[in-house]
Amino acid sequence: MAHTSERDRLSPAPLFQVRGLDVRFATPDGEIHAVRNAWLDVKESECLGIVGESGSGKSQLFLASIGLLAANGRAAGSVRIRGEEILGAPERVLNRLRGSKIGMVFQDPLTSLTPHMMIGTQLVEALRTHQHVSETEARRRSIELLELVRIPDSRRRMRQYPHELSGGMRQRAMIAMAVLCAPDILIADEPTTALDVTVQAQLFEILRDLKRELKTSIILISHDMSIIAGLADRVAIMRDGCVVETGPTDGIYYRPQHPYTKSLLQAVPRIDREPGARKPRAVSAPPILEVKDLEVGFPVSPDSYPFSRRKSLRAVDGVSFEVSEGETLGIVGESGCGKSTLARAVSQLLPARGGCIVWRGQDLARIGNNDIRKLRNEIQIVFQDPLASLDPRRTVGQSIAEPLFSLARGLSHSEIEGRVRETMARVGLEPAWINRYPHEFSGGQNQRVGIARAIIVRPRLLICDEAVSALDVSIQAQVIDLILSLQSELRIALIFISHDLSVVRRVADRVLVLYLGRVVESGDADAIYRDPRHPYTRALLDAVPVPDPDAERARPRALLNGDLPSALDTRASLAFLKSRMIDDSDAQQYRPRLLKVAPGHFVAEFDGMSEPLAGSQATCAVA
Amino acid sequence: MTGGASADTALDRAFDVPGRSLWADARRRLVGNKAAVIGMAVLACVTLTAILAPLLSPYPYDATDYGLISCAPDWWPGSGAMCRAGGEHWFGTDAVGRDLFVRVLYGARVSLAVGLVASLVSLILGVGYGALAGFVGPRLDELMMRFVDVLYSLPYIFLVIVLMVIFNRNFYLMFVAIGAVEWLTMARIVRGETLSIRQKEFIEAARAAGVGPFSTILRHIVPNVVSPVVVYVTLTVPNVILAESFLSFLGLGIQEPLTSWGVLISQGADQMESAPWLLMFPTLFMAATLFSFNFIGDGLRDALDPKDR
Repeated sequence: MAHTSERDRLSPAPLFQVRGLDVRFATPDGEIHAVRNAWLDVKESECLGIVGESGSGKSQLFLASIGLLAANGRAAGSVRIRGEEILGAPERVLNRLRGSKIGMVFQDPLTSLTPHMMIGTQLVEALRTHQHVSETEARRRSIELLELVRIPDSRRRMRQYPHELSGGMRQRAMIAMAVLCAPDILIADEPTTALDVTVQAQLFEILRDLKRELKTSIILISHDMSIIAGLADRVAIMRDGCVVETGPTDGIYYRPQHPYTKSLLQAVPRIDREPGARKPRAVSAPPILEVKDLEVGFPVSPDSYPFSRRKSLRAVDGVSFEVSEGETLGIVGESGCGKSTLARAVSQLLPARGGCIVWRGQDLARIGNNDIRKLRNEIQIVFQDPLASLDPRRTVGQSIAEPLFSLARGLSHSEIEGRVRETMARVGLEPAWINRYPHEFSGGQNQRVGIARAIIVRPRLLICDEAVSALDVSIQAQVIDLILSLQSELRIALIFISHDLSVVRRVADRVLVLYLGRVVESGDADAIYRDPRHPYTRALLDAVPVPDPDAERARPRALLNGDLPSALDTRASLAFLKSRMIDDSDAQQYRPRLLKVAPGHFVAEFDGMSEPLAGSQATCAVA
Repeated sequence: MTGGASADTALDRAFDVPGRSLWADARRRLVGNKAAVIGMAVLACVTLTAILAPLLSPYPYDATDYGLISCAPDWWPGSGAMCRAGGEHWFGTDAVGRDLFVRVLYGARVSLAVGLVASLVSLILGVGYGALAGFVGPRLDELMMRFVDVLYSLPYIFLVIVLMVIFNRNFYLMFVAIGAVEWLTMARIVRGETLSIRQKEFIEAARAAGVGPFSTILRHIVPNVVSPVVVYVTLTVPNVILAESFLSFLGLGIQEPLTSWGVLISQGADQMESAPWLLMFPTLFMAATLFSFNFIGDGLRDALDPKDR
C-alpha cells in the first residue's frame, strides 16, 4: 500500500510531517470520521498537491494540522513542523507557529481579510507583531511583498480596503500576507476556486515564483487534477478521509495505480483533446431561437451621493446568435462578461433594453402575459447553485412539480405525481425520494432535481447557466452525460453557459465567446478550440490547465495580466482595439465589428488583425 | 442507474422515503434544549390553570367577603398581617375581601388572551405587510415602509390614550391598540428577510416555472421567513403582556371587577408594606410566564438557526 512506502521513505526528518492523523467530528447524527490515518510529509522547498473531491477530508486534514479544527472536532495522531508538535499544542505556541512558520491561504479571501482595515495596515501590523521591526521597515517590506505577488501600483494599494480590490487582487494580498514572515511552509486551500481561469493562471505563476525565489514549501489543496499538475512535485489523492495514493507527480499522472486516481483523471474534461464520439450536428434545422443585437442594462450609481447621476451598466451589449433544434450552443466568458444576464434575458427573467429575441417566429418583446406562460413551458433554465435554487422548506417532489402546477393547468394530483416520479427516474433519482428535502441530498443529486424541474414540462430549449460548475469533476461528468442524453432523447436545443472552457468543449456544437457583454468570437466549437483568432479567446484557452504535468511545466507565461476592467468604463470594451479608442471613460466608443474569417466563424475586430474575408459584417452573422 | 430506478418504481411506491424536513430538525433541537422545555412546561401549567380557573376555585372571582379584608394566607410566615384568611383562601384576600388565588387565575386569562390575540394581530398584519413590501419592488416598498416609520414615530402611549378617549375604555380596543403598535417591528423584520430571500435563486427558479407573484409570496417567501417570525412572536407575547400591565397600571386597561396581572400588581403595590402577598403572587405568576416565553423564544432561535449560535 501507499502508506508503507511512504513510511519507509521517512528517514531524515522532513520539514512538515503528518503521522497517522485521525479527525473525527461529533454531530447530532453520529460521529463523522473525516480523516482516517493520514501519513504525509513535505520536504524543504517542495510542493505537495492534495487532491480530493468535496467531502474527502482534504480541508479538515489541513485545518487539523494547523490546529484550527471546529469545536466539535477531535484530532489524534501527530503533526510536526521542524520537529515541533502541533497537535495539542497550547494556543500561544500555535499562534507563534501560524505567524512565523506556517502561512495560510483560504478559498475566500474576503472572509480572511479584516474588512475595516487597510491592506497596508494589516500587513504592517502582522509584521510588527511577529518580527518586532520598525514601522518604516515593516512598511517597506510590505510594499516589496505586494510587488512580489505582482500587485500593480502597490503603494496605492496599501491604502485600500479589501472590498476595493477584485477577487484576484485580494487573493494576491492574501498570499502576500501569508508569506509575510517568510514561513517555512505555505498551505493554500483551494486558493483559485472562486477565480477566473486567466486570474488563476496568474496566481499560479506567483506561487511558482514564491517556491523558486523564497524556497517556500507549499501544500496545495484542490479538487482539480489539472490545476496542480504544473506546480506540485508530489501528489496525494484523498478519498473518504483516506490518502489512497501518494507519489511523485509524474508517476501519479502518467502511471496512476489506484483505481480511484484513474477514474479521477478520466473524469477531468480535457481542453487539449477532441471530445470523443460526439453526435453529428443537426445542421439543416431552421433556428428556433434568434437573438439580434440584444442589450440588457442595469442602472447603477457609481458614487453614492443621494442625487448623483445614474449610469447604465451594459451587462449585455449587442449580442446576436441563433440556436436550432437539437443543437448545443456554448457560451463562455469570465465572470462579469454578461453570460448569466444573457441567459436570464433569453428566458424572460430580465427585461431586454434593446434588440430582439425571436422565439419560433415570435418577437418576445411583444408578447402578453398569457403567452409568457406558454413560453415558460418551452424555455427552461437550470441554475448554477444546486442547493440555492431549491426552496429549502419544500420537498424535492414539490419543487419538481412546481412548473406543472403553474404551467400545465388541469392535471390531477395523481397525474402530477406520476409525472414527477417518471421524471425523477429519468434523471437518475430514486422516485421513492419524492418526499425528501434538498438538504438531505448531495450537490449532484440536487442538480439532478434542478434538471428534473426544468425538463418536466418538456421544454424545447434548455438553458444551463453554469449548471455543473459547483460540482465535483466525477459528478460533473455524470451530470453532463445526463444533460446530453436528455438532449438527444428529447431533441431539445441547449444553451450551455460556463466559465469552464474544457466542459464547454465536451458539449458544444457552436461556441460564443463573450467579453464584457460583447461577442468577441463565435463559430463551430472545433474551429474555436483548434484555431482561435481573437487574442482574448487565445488567452482564455491558454490559461486553462490540463492534467498533464509536462505540458503544464512548459506552459507559456499568461497572456493577460491584471484585472478585467470595469464594465462602467466605456473604454473597457476596446481593450483589444486600442487604436480606435477615445481616451474618455464616458465617451461613446467605436463598436468593433464582427468579421467573418472562415465560413461560420466570426471574430471581433482587434489590433493587428490580418485581412478578413471580404464583405462580411456583424449583422450578417445572424440575418 | 436510471433503468433500475424506473423498473422498481412500482415497488418503491409502497416505501416512499419520508423526508426529514427543516421543521423536524428544529423540533428535535428544541426538545433537546432544557430551558425551553422547562419554559414550555411552566407555560402549559399556567395556561391550563387559567383555562380551568372556574373549576379550580372555590369562590367566584368577584365575591367579596367584608369579614376578611387584606388577610394573609394561613401559611404566611410574617407576623405583621392583621388577620388570617383561613384554609380556603390559599393566597389570602385583597382589600375588598376577594380571594387572591382566583383573581390571579382570572388575571392570567386576561393577560394571556391579550398577549396571544395582540401578538396574532401583529403577526398577521406584520407578515402580510412586510412580505408584500419586500417583494413588490423598490417604489411601493419605499412608500409602505415610510408609512411604518410615521407610525413608529408616534408615541404609543399617547396613541392608546387618544384611542381610549375617543372610543371609551373598551376591552377589545386594547387588543387593537397594542397589536397596532407591535406589528410595526414585525413588518420591518419580515420585509428585511424578504429582501434577502428575493435574491435567492429558488425565487428566480419559481419565476421560470411560471409561478405568479402572490403564489411566490405564499409558497416560497412566507415559509422561509417563518423562523425569525416565530422567534419574534414568542418575544412579542411578553411585551404585550407588559404593555397591558402598564396600561392597567395607569388605569387605562381592564375595568373592575374583571382583572389582569397588571391591575393586580398595581393594587398590590399600593399595599406593599401592609400586605406584601398581594404584590407577590401576581408578580410571581407574571414573571414565570414572561421567563417561559423568553426561554422558548431563545430555544426556538437556536433550534431554527443552528448556525447563528
